[in-house]
Amino acid sequence: MKTCAESFDAYALRALGREFGERLLPKGVEITFCDQLVLIGSGLIWNVYFGVLAVLVGFWLAIGIALARDSRHRLLRAPAAGFIFVFRGSPLFIQLFFAYELFQLLPKAGVEIPLGFATITADSRWLTRAWAGALIVLVLNTAAYSAVIFHGALHSVPKGDLEAADAYGLTGWPRFRRIVWPTMLRLAWPSYTNEAIFLFHATTLVFLSAFPAWQQSGDALYYASYFAGQTFNPFIAYPLIAAYFIAATLVITALFGAVNRRLNRHIPREARPKLRFRPQIIR
Amino acid sequence: MFAFCADPGALQTLAWFLCYLTSGTHLAMYWSLGTVLLLLALAAPLALGFGLAGAMAVRSHIGPVRWLGRAYVAMVRGVPDIIFFLFVPIAVDQGIEYLVHLARCPDWTEPVRRGAEFVVCPAAKVPQAGAAVWMQNAYAFALALLAFALVFGAFAANTLHGAMAAVPRAQMETAEAYGMTRRQAFRRILMPQMWVYALPGLGNLWMILIKATPLLFLLGIRDIVYWARELGGAKTSLYAYPHADWRVWYFLAVLVVYLLMTWISERAFARIAARLAIGQPTAAGEALRKAAP
Repeated sequence: MKTCAESFDAYALRALGREFGERLLPKGVEITFCDQLVLIGSGLIWNVYFGVLAVLVGFWLAIGIALARDSRHRLLRAPAAGFIFVFRGSPLFIQLFFAYELFQLLPKAGVEIPLGFATITADSRWLTRAWAGALIVLVLNTAAYSAVIFHGALHSVPKGDLEAADAYGLTGWPRFRRIVWPTMLRLAWPSYTNEAIFLFHATTLVFLSAFPAWQQSGDALYYASYFAGQTFNPFIAYPLIAAYFIAATLVITALFGAVNRRLNRHIPREARPKLRFRPQIIR
Repeated sequence: MFAFCADPGALQTLAWFLCYLTSGTHLAMYWSLGTVLLLLALAAPLALGFGLAGAMAVRSHIGPVRWLGRAYVAMVRGVPDIIFFLFVPIAVDQGIEYLVHLARCPDWTEPVRRGAEFVVCPAAKVPQAGAAVWMQNAYAFALALLAFALVFGAFAANTLHGAMAAVPRAQMETAEAYGMTRRQAFRRILMPQMWVYALPGLGNLWMILIKATPLLFLLGIRDIVYWARELGGAKTSLYAYPHADWRVWYFLAVLVVYLLMTWISERAFARIAARLAIGQPTAAGEALRKAAP
C-alpha cells in the first residue's frame, strides 16, 4: 500500500509527461484514493492551461470580430458573421474532431515555404498535438461566443455617451478608446464571466476522443474516466473531479468579480451590476 | 443500391461515388442520424418534465422538497455537464444491478465490490446475458437518455424558475383577490403566462441540446460520429478500406449537418417567439402592436 506522500511524489506533475513522475499510471487494485486525488488534480494543469490561454487570446480576437461584425464595410461584416455562425452553430466536440483530422492532413515532414532565395521548412507535426491544435480550436470557439456578447454590449452603449463624445469632438480611435470601450466592457462583463466559466468546463472535451493523450498525460477528466474504467467504480473519481471543478469555478467567479468591481468603481454602489451565474453550458 | 453499381466499369466514373455513398454501411450512417433525432425527440419533453418538477420543487413551501429542488438546480453549475454524461449511465447501471442483485440473490454472501471489479450474481445482470442485441442497444440508449434528461432538466428548471418569477406580480395578486387557492392560481394564471418568458431560454437550451448529442458517441452508441470515424478511416476496428484517410471529409459533413440543424431550429424559434409575443406586455409584444395597421 502506498502512502499519500508517495502518491504525491509520483503523480503530482505526471500530467506534464512521464519524465515528471512515475512512468506508468497505477493499475487495477493498486489504485489508492490518494492516487486518484493527486492524479486528477494534476490533470487540472491542462484545464487551466487551455482555459487561461484561450481566454487571453480569445478575448482580443472576440473584440476584433465584434467590431468587424459591426463594421460598415460588407467585406468585414460578412466574414465575421460567417465565423460566428460556424463556430456557434456546430458542436465543439465535432470542431475538435474536424480540426484534428485537418491537421493530420498536413504533411508529416513539414510544409515547405518557398521564399525565392531560400526554402523554409515549417514543422507542422505539433499542430496534431493537443497543446497546440486543441488550443487553436478553443481560442476560435470562445472568440465566436464572446464576439456575440461584445457585439450586444456594443449596441447597448448609451446614446447619450456617444452624443457627448461627439460634442467634445472625439472621433475615431480616441472616441473608441475612451468612451465606447470602457462602457462596452462594463456592460459585457457579467455575460463574459459566464462564457469564461463554460470555456473552462469545455476544456474537458479535448482529450476525450479527438486529440490523443500523449504518454498518458491528459486533463482531469481523462484521468477521472481512466480511474472509473480501471476500478469499475464511478463513485470516487467523478465526485472528486466535480469537487475540483466547483472549486475552480469559485476561483474564476472571484477573479472576474474583482475585475467587475474595478470596471464599475465609478457607479453608485446600489446601481452596480452583480455577477450572476447563469448556466449556458455545452457547446 | 443501384443496378449499375454491379458493373465494374462504373469504378472510373462519377457514378461510382453515388454507389459508394449508398453502400450498406453508408445507409447505416444515414439511419444513425435517426438515433440522434430520436434522442432529441425523447430528451426534450423528458427534460422539460424534469425541469418543471425541479422549478416547482424550488418554489415549494415544504422545506425538504425545496432543498432538494435547489440542490438539483445547483448541481449543474460549477460542474461540467460532460462529467454527468459519463457518470450517470454507469452509476445508474450499477445501481439497478445492485438492487436486482439484492432482490434475486439474497443468499449471495460475497461482497459486490471486490478489488477492481463489480460482481453481481448472474441472475442480476441487466440486460440478461444472452439478451438480443437490440435489447442491449435499447438499454444503453435508455441510460444515455436518462443522463440527458437529468442534466438538461436541471438547466430547464433554472430557466422555468426564472420565467415563473418574471410573470408580473399583479397577475398573481389578482388571482388571490378572486379567492383562488395557490394551486388554482398556479395552474390558471402562472402556467399559461410563463411560457413567453421561458421561450428564449428554452430555445437556447434546445440549441445546446442539439450540440450535446455528439456526446452519445462517448456512451458507446453508434451515432453519426461513430460512423464518420468508422467509414472515413483507412483502417478501422472493423474493416480496412482501399481509400486513404477520409475522416476529415466525413467530419466536415457532420459539421454541416449540425449547422443545418441549429440553423433550422433558430428560424423556427424566431417564428414561435413572434407568435407568442402577440398581446403580451413585453417589448416584443409592444413592437408587434405598433407594427399592426
